[in-house]
Amino acid sequence: MTSKNAPSTSAISSPASNKSGLAYQLRRIWHVGQDVVLPVGTFIALLLFWEFCVRVFEIPIYLLPAPSLIYAETAAEWSIVWGHTMATLVTVLLGFGLSIIISLPLGFALTSSRHVSNAIYPLLVLTQSIPKVALAPILVIALGANELPRVAVTFLVAFFPLVIAIATGLLSVPADLIELSRSYKTNRLQELLRIRVPYAIPFIFSGLKAAIALAVVGAVVGEFVTSDRGLGYLIQTSTAFFRMPLAFGAMVLLSIMGIVLFQIVGIAERILFPWSSSKQVFAG
Amino acid sequence: MNTALKARASQVPGHTTTPSLEAQDVTSINITNASKIFQSWDGDEIVALEDVSLDIKENEFVSLVGPSGCGKSTMLRLLAGLILPTGGSVEIDGTPVNEPRKETGIVFQKATLLPWKTIIDNVLFPLSVMREMKPDSEQTAHDLLSLAGLGGFEKKYPDELSGGMQQRAAICRALVHDPEILLMDEPFGALDALTREEMALELLRIWTERPKTIVFVTHSIPEAVLMSDRVVVMSARPGRILEIIDVPIERPRTFEVEARNDFQKCAQHIRHLITGK
Ligand SMILES: Nc1ncnc2c1ncn2[C@@H]1O[C@H](COP(=O)(O)OP(=O)(O)O)[C@@H](O)[C@H]1O
Ligand SMILES: [Mg+2]
Repeated sequence: MTSKNAPSTSAISSPASNKSGLAYQLRRIWHVGQDVVLPVGTFIALLLFWEFCVRVFEIPIYLLPAPSLIYAETAAEWSIVWGHTMATLVTVLLGFGLSIIISLPLGFALTSSRHVSNAIYPLLVLTQSIPKVALAPILVIALGANELPRVAVTFLVAFFPLVIAIATGLLSVPADLIELSRSYKTNRLQELLRIRVPYAIPFIFSGLKAAIALAVVGAVVGEFVTSDRGLGYLIQTSTAFFRMPLAFGAMVLLSIMGIVLFQIVGIAERILFPWSSSKQVFAG
Repeated sequence: MNTALKARASQVPGHTTTPSLEAQDVTSINITNASKIFQSWDGDEIVALEDVSLDIKENEFVSLVGPSGCGKSTMLRLLAGLILPTGGSVEIDGTPVNEPRKETGIVFQKATLLPWKTIIDNVLFPLSVMREMKPDSEQTAHDLLSLAGLGGFEKKYPDELSGGMQQRAAICRALVHDPEILLMDEPFGALDALTREEMALELLRIWTERPKTIVFVTHSIPEAVLMSDRVVVMSARPGRILEIIDVPIERPRTFEVEARNDFQKCAQHIRHLITGK
């Protein structure tokens, strides 16, 4: 908003200024770029400050390695690190996919009737009150030492906000809209598919964003408990051998993965449902 | 249609087939001793309507006015078949209204357009959801939108239109399946005063071009008098009809009639009924 309006305002406020003038162009670039420049600049400054502190105060590597060292050690082991990253990504995506597959019908069921809701809702809350880290070893015994328990933990961590978002969205359709659709003799399925689900799209996408962020957390928790691959496993083994720069590198990759996946969900929303924007949910 | 009516009429004891059919040709809506009692969650009973009787003729323009909570929306929802009366009967063309009918259109205070559909698709929504899309449906929707002054906005999304334009689109949507009855619940209530007056005349113009039975709920007494053949004045708790007033002003009407003596007298009388002053 600011970046769009600012150039025209400045052009109006100083009518003498030439649109092709250097000062105008610089100001334009500044206005357009400040949304990008400010956060990136702050981030780089922080990295430099970190590097500076580690070198000047000679902080030991096992406490806090310097960014340059993290980069160097991670780059040196890149092919191995990349394999771990892909392993985690697979777990995250499987757990996220499972969350979607299970949350959609659960969301529908929760909103279908008071009785169904009364029956399921306490169980859902129960799954959330169980500490996933405690549950993971039990899941390994039950499901075997393979991908399954990790996907299950990822799912358990990620699905809840998605179910809640779907149910909230389906229930937030204005009463007028429901009466309008009923007045055209819609049955319940039509009402769900033609009114409630489209109306819930912005809500569902904010649920998906929460779920994808949590799926990364869930995958790492799963890997901590049972894995011989993945960034969570890499963090564990590196710290066991005091290879702190590598552990930090894995952490950085995890957050990059989280940010990228989160952005992909947002972009998918804008492309598939241009009228939707989860911002509407927060704006009320 | 006629045979169905006859069959039904003959099932009802005391109905003689032919004369009652003729009577039904002029009367389209019969509300007879209707009441509606809502059960609140703590078991209290709310009498929204009590012993209401009202007959509305085909193509008549009737307004409901009264203090808020007097049951105007309840009456419209009964007519729409969205709720059932707890006593008495609500009939359209001699048939009890047990469920929503395809021949009824509804407009609410809010435009309630679907934000994910373009204006034209919103207008076509009733046809598409009732599986009544025909090759010329799109043309019908275009014509309606032009009639409502929305030509050229077909491909816009609702949030690209002003409140008044959205409400016009909602009216087009209610008219697209060419209903016999149009129910309007404070349709201009959310609009600013100027847009509101303009919309009132526009609705009258549409109504003249495509006559329908219109039941129109409003808070504005002048609006009710300007538009209606009859104004139904209601009282609250329990919701009852106080008086039904014939508006003795010839059509077509414009804003000029508002300055006239008979208009003022009529409005004054209604105001007196509602406020007691
Ligand atoms: N679904 C409902 N459940 C309980 N009470 C209701 C319901 N709908 C309406 N009422 C009550 O019925 C009365 C009439 O309501 P309504 O028809 O909306 O009035 P109006 O439209 O004239 O303002 C009010 O007291 C309202 O609280
Ligand atoms: Mg009302």
